[in-house]
Amino acid sequence: MAKKGIIGRKIGMTQIFADNGEAVPITVVEAGPCVVVQKKTQPVDGYEAIQLGFGDISEKRLNKPAIGHLKKAGVKLVRRLREFKVDDIEAYTVGQEVAVDLFVPGDCVDVVGTSKGKGFAGGIKRHGFHRGPMTHGSKYHRRPGSAAAKGPARIFKGRKMPGRLGGKRVTVQNLEVVRVDKDRNLLLVKGAVPGPNRGLLMIKSSVKAN
Amino acid sequence: MNGIIRQVEAAQIRKDIPDFQPGDTVRVYVKVVEGNRERIQVFEGVVIKRRGGGLRETFTVRRVSYGVAVERAFPIHAPRVDRIEVMRRGLVRRAKLYYLRNLVGKAARIKDKRQSR
Repeated sequence: MAKKGIIGRKIGMTQIFADNGEAVPITVVEAGPCVVVQKKTQPVDGYEAIQLGFGDISEKRLNKPAIGHLKKAGVKLVRRLREFKVDDIEAYTVGQEVAVDLFVPGDCVDVVGTSKGKGFAGGIKRHGFHRGPMTHGSKYHRRPGSAAAKGPARIFKGRKMPGRLGGKRVTVQNLEVVRVDKDRNLLLVKGAVPGPNRGLLMIKSSVKAN
Repeated sequence: MNGIIRQVEAAQIRKDIPDFQPGDTVRVYVKVVEGNRERIQVFEGVVIKRRGGGLRETFTVRRVSYGVAVERAFPIHAPRVDRIEVMRRGLVRRAKLYYLRNLVGKAARIKDKRQSR
């Protein structure tokens, strides 16, 4: 499948009924319309990609470098910029609009977003540790247990411990596009995608689809 | 709920569903697909709950047949639900009639609601 992508915003989840009467869980994504702001080329940048812009914003909210960057491209002011690798950057021109009809129902997509931040989380929530007994005289409930063996006299790197959870970039692969609504710029994707409602998403053609 | 989600759901929301509440006795006509044949199966019983909103709303019907209680949950707007008929209106004082699970026989009856219309 051709490499392509678009920027979107998560609206929320619901379900719809398929033709065979089965309920399909879906996430509604408001995707695009995006504009091509810049083309990254091999001689100048060392790699090839297109930079897309998404969302309206007033000039007051942008800083001067951002305004200059967008003015140079001659495109409307956009809130968010993201880069996508595509098959052929020659197929895109700066200022060109990219809309949801990029995808058709049945396509498989990868969705990239920022997961919901959970704050400082313990080992059970963060790494799926088991907990101790809550009753029968036990006072060992949700603690992480032993951190290491005695022999090395240190803790090995990568030891799973409590700490910050979530709020990180997460990719969900191979989600099916159930429906594309060009009029309302909506993409209905089967299953869940990372992040809160109204969170920014990158929707790309799936790397695993053939 | 979000307006966009409501718009997405609107196309499949059914308007031919009668008004019914927990405590009512309903007859649900369900389309059953057997191989490549489709037929309609009837399930009659007391509505013990309605939950969810919009397109995701479901209701649960309880019936006792040959001493065995069966509870079936249906999405209200599912295309597999052919139609719903309200047989009796019941007078109940709560939204979830889980207490019926602990009652059998005469005690599990529900009073008729006086038609005020």
